[in-house]
Amino acid sequence: MALILTEEQTMVRDSARAFLADKAPVAHLRKLRDSRDRVGFSRELWKAFAAMGFCGILVPEALGGSGLGHVEAGIIMAEIGRNLTPSPFLSTALVGATALLRDGNAARNRELLPKLAAGDLILTLAVDERAKHAPAATALTAERSGNGFKLTGDKCFVVDGHVADLFIVAARSAGAPGEREGVTLFLVDARAQGVAVERTVMVDAHNAARVRFDGVTVDADAVLGEIDRGWPLLEAALDVGRAALAAELAGLGEEAFGRTLSYLKARKQFGRPIGSFQALQHRAARVFVELEITQAAVLKALQTLDADFERAAAFVAVAKARAGTSATLAVQEAVQLHGGIGMTDEFDIGLFMKRARVAQELFGDDGFHADRLARLQNY
Amino acid sequence: MSDLERFRRETRAWLEANCPPDMRQPVVADEDRCWGGRRPTFKSEGQRLWLERMVARGWTVPEWPQQYGGGGLSREEGRILRAEMRRLGCRSPLDSFGIWMLAPVLFKYGNEEQRREHLPPIARGEIRWCQGYSEPNSGSDLASLATRAADNGDHFLVNGQKIWTSYADKADWIFCLVRTDEAAPKHLGISFILFDMTTPGVSTKPILLISGKSPFCETFFDNVRVPKRNLVGDINKGWEIAKYLLAHERETVSSVGLPAGRPLGQIAAETLGSQDGVLADACLRADIARFEIDAIAFQLALERSGDLLKAGQASPAVSSMVKFYSAELNQRRHELLMVAGGSAALEWEGERSRSGERARNWLRSKGNSIEGGTNEVQLNVIAKRILDLPGA
Ligand SMILES: Cc1cc2nc3c(=O)[nH]c(=O)nc-3n(C[C@H](O)[C@H](O)[C@H](O)COP(=O)(O)OP(=O)(O)OC[C@H]3O[C@@H](n4cnc5c(N)ncnc54)[C@H](O)[C@@H]3O)c2cc1C
Repeated sequence: MALILTEEQTMVRDSARAFLADKAPVAHLRKLRDSRDRVGFSRELWKAFAAMGFCGILVPEALGGSGLGHVEAGIIMAEIGRNLTPSPFLSTALVGATALLRDGNAARNRELLPKLAAGDLILTLAVDERAKHAPAATALTAERSGNGFKLTGDKCFVVDGHVADLFIVAARSAGAPGEREGVTLFLVDARAQGVAVERTVMVDAHNAARVRFDGVTVDADAVLGEIDRGWPLLEAALDVGRAALAAELAGLGEEAFGRTLSYLKARKQFGRPIGSFQALQHRAARVFVELEITQAAVLKALQTLDADFERAAAFVAVAKARAGTSATLAVQEAVQLHGGIGMTDEFDIGLFMKRARVAQELFGDDGFHADRLARLQNY
Repeated sequence: MSDLERFRRETRAWLEANCPPDMRQPVVADEDRCWGGRRPTFKSEGQRLWLERMVARGWTVPEWPQQYGGGGLSREEGRILRAEMRRLGCRSPLDSFGIWMLAPVLFKYGNEEQRREHLPPIARGEIRWCQGYSEPNSGSDLASLATRAADNGDHFLVNGQKIWTSYADKADWIFCLVRTDEAAPKHLGISFILFDMTTPGVSTKPILLISGKSPFCETFFDNVRVPKRNLVGDINKGWEIAKYLLAHERETVSSVGLPAGRPLGQIAAETLGSQDGVLADACLRADIARFEIDAIAFQLALERSGDLLKAGQASPAVSSMVKFYSAELNQRRHELLMVAGGSAALEWEGERSRSGERARNWLRSKGNSIEGGTNEVQLNVIAKRILDLPGA
């Protein structure tokens, strides 16, 4: 498959680009942040996402979705990255929907997915338990109890956790933390007895929460995937999220770089544009090259998720790591090359740096994915 | 079965029957390459046979028209052939400045007589070419070159000196940039000419490199008579040709990509050992994994730039980007190989180290960011031509 967008995909990009630039530019995030909005994103925007077919992007048409693929999802993520748009698109439409779709429980999906596609259900994965992403270290316990399980433990960095209707909780039903065997996924209602949610306002003014599960009881039919063998499903959902974040980071990096490039041409010192100084030209050229190469890696990961999902892990690791490092470089250079104004809250460039840091960390940073690639290649 | 499928099957069968076993081993040292020429040196009988067989099919240059010694394959067929060669691990039968650099120029700027004279011997590996661009005082600022070609009626009289001329002492012909108008602005007085290295007045002096090898030379021209029909394109219009060639040079330098083969981490595990399948040296392991990530992404970027080209969406100066990054990657790779090899990689002589192969390759890689336009120059090109940043 050619590593470029098809005509249809280019159309998706153009319409997503126009839509997001119009409805949710950076000023939109700024307004939500400054007003300390309790939801942290705009419900109205989320409804508009549904109308555009974004919420159900991966959901089959028969269940009310758009029935599109990961490349299209990534295209939307890239535009979200350019505009720093906060929304439950990643948590719900991509990671959450993937877990349900790949679990494949027809009755459950008939109930939940149309709602999700309509923008009426927020669903998020609760996986991390400590400051660094380490899904195999899952320790939150799932004890058998009656015909179901009792969940006890703490989760953090749960994206959109403060407004989620449902959690997909990774729990330890057997084995020891560090082992892939013995992990089970559960679908848990946010209003269930024993669930306590604390919103954590993050550096990027996007949304996350710490969630405590204090002896929360669930039925056996709350299980997603297989009991004790939830790992493949967890990884599938995570990999879709990781590739999507890579696309977001790529879009974000390009936007931050584009703004920097304009500034280099406009800002004058010593009687000439600062972009005429070779020291800065070379720095800009390096950022450009890094971002270009990342584009290819991201598209490959998304295409592989569409064409050969089971074999996508290595490409996803490459894409997430590359996008993380190149976007980090882009935002660091962006702030530096803007000089003092780059340090001000009033100027937007710093917002890109903040979001890049969060997106780097989410679902594994470049170090995590370098380690993962090394393991996949047996060293 | 489609025609292409049939072509793939036949090609695979032919390669399996005809590619000698030692030509399916990865290239490790420069000597493993076959450069052809009037006085070819073959490292093995397999190497000789492999060239002969590929030449017979025109597959040293699969997509060239048959009348110039090519295979006449379509783009798709060429792609299949390369993919099948990769699958079997076949080496390139012939490495050639003629194929990589001069031929694109002759196809675009040469006249029919020049194509007929020069392309078939290039395709057959009979004539080996060298590149006479750089001079002692004209490196990055190539357009300032001073080698003169005076108009002497039916021929040019060439006087001057080139330097860093790769394989000049082994080459049969040279493509050379010369000044044909000293009054004109520097870019407008340059011409692109071809001549035989055995012409009286041509001499070469090998230069020993830090790798302990002498792949390149000083090249001197003392009243060398070059027939006028060996001028390519118009007189004083050579700079455009020179740049066109450089873009091809950059592309080939980089489209060769990184050596395929085992991941670096597995090579490192041989010297360093591993615990539970994880390389024992954690710092090196992380460096290697980060390198592999960039290397995989770069391969994908190469693939993408080919696809963009086909779709007519190629970004200008992409060859600079590719040249820059491939040099950086290859140098990182060799640094990591040296670290992984430890003191064993420092041995310079003797069987055990295959005459210091790893160290010599490491040192050779330092030239990647200098040859064909330095990395700084590539960044200049990107800044100006892609990013449109203002001049000083
Ligand atoms: C392995 C190898 C093979 C080669 N083969 C050939 C060959 O076959 N034929 C041939 O003609 N030449 C060949 N060359 C020569 C090569 O093209 C030149 O070395 C190269 O163009 C640089 O020129 P220079 O060595 O004069 O360095 P200089 O141009 O003097 O550069 C010195 C340093 O200054 C930097 N610099 C120069 N100008 C600028 C600028 N404007 N902005 C920022 N930095 C700048 C350079 O990047 C470099 O770091 C080869 C070189 C090598 C290493």
